[in-house]
Amino acid sequence: MKESKLSILTKGIIKENPVLVLVLGTCPTLAVTTQASNAIGMGIAFTFVLICSNIVISLLRNIIPDKVRIPCYITIIAGFVTIIELVMEAYAYSLYEALGIYLSLIVVNCIILGRAEMFANKNKPFASFLDAIGMGIGFTLTLFVMASIREILGSGSWFGMEIPVLAENNISLMTMAPGGFFVFACLMALVNKITKGRNKRITEYGCETCPSAASCGKTGCEGCVAGANTQEGGDVK
Amino acid sequence: MSFKALIVILLSGVLVNNYVLRQFLGICPFLGVSKELKNATGMSIAVIFVMLLATAVTWPIQTFLLTPNGLDYLQTVVFILVIAALVQLVEIVLKKYIPALYRALGVYLPLITTNCAVLGVTIANIDKSYTFVEALFNALGSGLGFFLAMVLFAGVRGQIESSDPPESFKGLPITLVAAAILSLSFFGFNGVVENLFG
Repeated sequence: MKESKLSILTKGIIKENPVLVLVLGTCPTLAVTTQASNAIGMGIAFTFVLICSNIVISLLRNIIPDKVRIPCYITIIAGFVTIIELVMEAYAYSLYEALGIYLSLIVVNCIILGRAEMFANKNKPFASFLDAIGMGIGFTLTLFVMASIREILGSGSWFGMEIPVLAENNISLMTMAPGGFFVFACLMALVNKITKGRNKRITEYGCETCPSAASCGKTGCEGCVAGANTQEGGDVK
Repeated sequence: MSFKALIVILLSGVLVNNYVLRQFLGICPFLGVSKELKNATGMSIAVIFVMLLATAVTWPIQTFLLTPNGLDYLQTVVFILVIAALVQLVEIVLKKYIPALYRALGVYLPLITTNCAVLGVTIANIDKSYTFVEALFNALGSGLGFFLAMVLFAGVRGQIESSDPPESFKGLPITLVAAAILSLSFFGFNGVVENLFG
């Protein structure tokens, strides 16, 4: 069944939200969401890399030999990450400092490799472009919501602006590691609640959404240890 | 460079700056492979192994090849390719010469290429301008920290299995809440290393 252009664009926002539904790319999600401005910066950097890599991989999908496709994808992605790193260092240095190591780590972000493997190498460049935009928006939006919750509760501010009552009564734990896990858990539970029954569960996607599927090389979930990264637990042996 | 400094780096990596629970690196395997103690241990040992090897290879590349030639901007590309190649190589070598170890670690090795903790530790070593030995100790500490978090969490998850959370919290959300509590407990280690050796 051919997907319409619009559904390709919008599915990344809620239905196949890369972070909350597919549970990919959790590391940057938890790490950079201490401030709303950082989250937006990360989201933009991420979306740029995803769009570029998706288009290039889609253009090269008939040229790259199947056997060495993963190293090729990683090289392409790493190239674009380097570009965004240099651009940010030059024009948005404070953001570059704030994101730190997580900017380089976009390379190993499961979402980008996952989209390359699931979508870009099977679809035309324009569809891949739309898919990347949808996924990018979904990612940025999730990061933004999470960062807003954590910044407002944790530091009593939003985009650096102080909020009168909360600033004196902040729960600083929220900006630290446990707060990150906790807010993420609550958001995921909320999405579960909203989409209950209407949403395809992660297990139905099988191996394709597995964060390690790209490097796994197995076609089935037989003996797959990382398949456990699903609601029902996959096929853990 | 004293022995004490090395121990401080090692212990900070394990406890204070725990990669999984404090710096959010390597969350995917942390959530994915921590369901059973056996898998958690296998994965962690493979991670420690690859972290040490990757550090031993990338540090000289950065120091003797990239920096003198002004190629610092290639760091990300070079490091990820080196790690990917290294993992592949280790897999082939183990398969051929130490089949027993391959059977134990084999399934985890391909998953490690995309583990951000490994790339993270190699980049962090350069960012903090560690010497070669310090970098190796940092890698070992981070790896052991990963191991500790995985094993602890495998135990916690065993308990979660038999609990009955609210419907929408079933599965991953309740696991993340448990991770939050575990990460909270690691706050207890704040300042411990400095006080012991400071």
